[in-house]
Amino acid sequence: MTSPVEKRMEERTEEHAAVLSVRGLTVSFAVRRDGAWRDVAAVTDVAFGLAPGECLALVGESGCGKSVLASALLGLLPGNADVSGSALLDGVDLLAADEATLAGRIRGRRVGLIPQSPANHLTPVRTIRSQLAETVRELTPHADRQAAVLDAAERALFPADHLDRYPHELSGGLAQRAATALALVADAPLLLADEPTTGLDRDLVDRTAAELRRLVDAGRSLLLITHDLTAAEQVADRVAVMYAGRIAEIADAATFFGAPGPRHPYARGLLDALPTRAFTPIPGMPPTLDDLPPGCAFAPRCPSATAVCTTEIPLLNTPSPGPACHHPADPHTLTHPTDIPSPPKKNSGLSVYAVGESADAT
Amino acid sequence: MPPENAAEMPPALELLAIHAGYPGLKPVVRDVSLTIGRGESVALLGPSGCGKSTLARVSALLHRPESGEVLLAGKPATGWRYRASRAQRTSVGLVFQQPRAAADPRLSLADLIAEPLRAAKVVARRDRDAIDRKVRPLAERVGLTPDLLTRRPHEVSDGQLQRACVARALVLGPSLLICDEMTAMLDASTTAALVAAVEEYRAESGAALLAVGHDRPLLARWCSRVHDYAALVA
Repeated sequence: MTSPVEKRMEERTEEHAAVLSVRGLTVSFAVRRDGAWRDVAAVTDVAFGLAPGECLALVGESGCGKSVLASALLGLLPGNADVSGSALLDGVDLLAADEATLAGRIRGRRVGLIPQSPANHLTPVRTIRSQLAETVRELTPHADRQAAVLDAAERALFPADHLDRYPHELSGGLAQRAATALALVADAPLLLADEPTTGLDRDLVDRTAAELRRLVDAGRSLLLITHDLTAAEQVADRVAVMYAGRIAEIADAATFFGAPGPRHPYARGLLDALPTRAFTPIPGMPPTLDDLPPGCAFAPRCPSATAVCTTEIPLLNTPSPGPACHHPADPHTLTHPTDIPSPPKKNSGLSVYAVGESADAT
Repeated sequence: MPPENAAEMPPALELLAIHAGYPGLKPVVRDVSLTIGRGESVALLGPSGCGKSTLARVSALLHRPESGEVLLAGKPATGWRYRASRAQRTSVGLVFQQPRAAADPRLSLADLIAEPLRAAKVVARRDRDAIDRKVRPLAERVGLTPDLLTRRPHEVSDGQLQRACVARALVLGPSLLICDEMTAMLDASTTAALVAAVEEYRAESGAALLAVGHDRPLLARWCSRVHDYAALVA
């Protein structure tokens, strides 16, 4: 019993050889607070696949573990991190690889990082041309380095007549393109964008989103980590909602942002908080990651929580494909978050799935 | 309570022909006039670098304009920054874009919220009980739980720290609130929660609001009047 959407999602990840395949990724930190060691569960049991030419947006509130996940994929976690699970990229497990492998074969070559703040990412005392040339020299065997620099700049739509400028002489949008150009030099199949639109104004968000989408359409895979739902909507093929270190729901972007919307109450709450929708916040705040409740981490804030939610942790796609929730919204009785009266139900085949699903889950 | 005879009272903020900028550069704010009535909410919309934040700083008496006049509740401002009169300075609450840059890392969140009370000598510096009575209800209003109040900024998320910064802006009961890109760093749910907290305070106190930002859907939903900064300059 699978909905067409979920069937399509499964096919998409299984048919194509996934560029990146993450299974059971768990990251915890041992930290000392008030004189006692505590375990901070930053990322717990995260699994997803990413196909060529696909963008997966990882959305969630600040502190939900999104950035730790990105650091884990790049092998950039601090020394006190405890990592388990696997993340396969071209047969290399990013989580098990040693520093020499990561530095010599992965970073920049197989994974390009589009940073949160390009102004901080670029070296302030060197021109864009010199930084691109260094990256070209280190990552590619190009004989004609200057031509390769121009080529890299062009791929990121960075104007060639600005190559001799310093980062502070660039506008925010051009600094973003310069950083993207660096990420594209070695033609890495996987791009990782960590909050690329935070703090940018709306025009620049739209432009950055369009450029990211262009890279995806050119066949690259993009993992977009963001809390900006509007940007995610413009770029993503699929959306993974993260809450308290776990993935709460993975959905097709069209289903997620359109009708019938996501099924996890947290995902619905996030969308409802948008000023273009109900503009109502989710009550309460996310739990601290060193003190998670025993059951579902969202239960204390959830309108549909029951006794089972406080004792049992719901798992993604268990027992059947669907959100990590004991009481997911039934996609066919719920309308869009603005609570307009229900449209007539259609497609009886789908309702069967919905009934079966809620029976399985409860 | 909002004053009954609001129409007859002077507006919360009047900016008259403001020119402002930074030494050695062309002025970034040129001949801008804007009036915000009592209890009114006005949004200023514009791209980064257009001068809207400078105008917000002028309105909060944090930046001296090169020319023009600022009137707060009908009274002309005579000084800026440390030279602003205490009554005028404390009648404006200000929330910045980046909570981390706006918070003293040495203070717990409770002390952060209470700092204006101490700085303006509203309560005695060591009067823990009086401070607690002011801070607790505000912390609750912005959604901060008591266990968070003992933490320092590095132990909380951006969203939690911004909640504390909003509480700090409200602690002296300002009659004008200025929110400069208050929610640019925040997720959708925290944004909605903080806007709700600000609006709850305004409904209760009748305070006016100047919200500065670049998110049109948000500002249009939040404020009763939305100005494009570019149109204001022309």
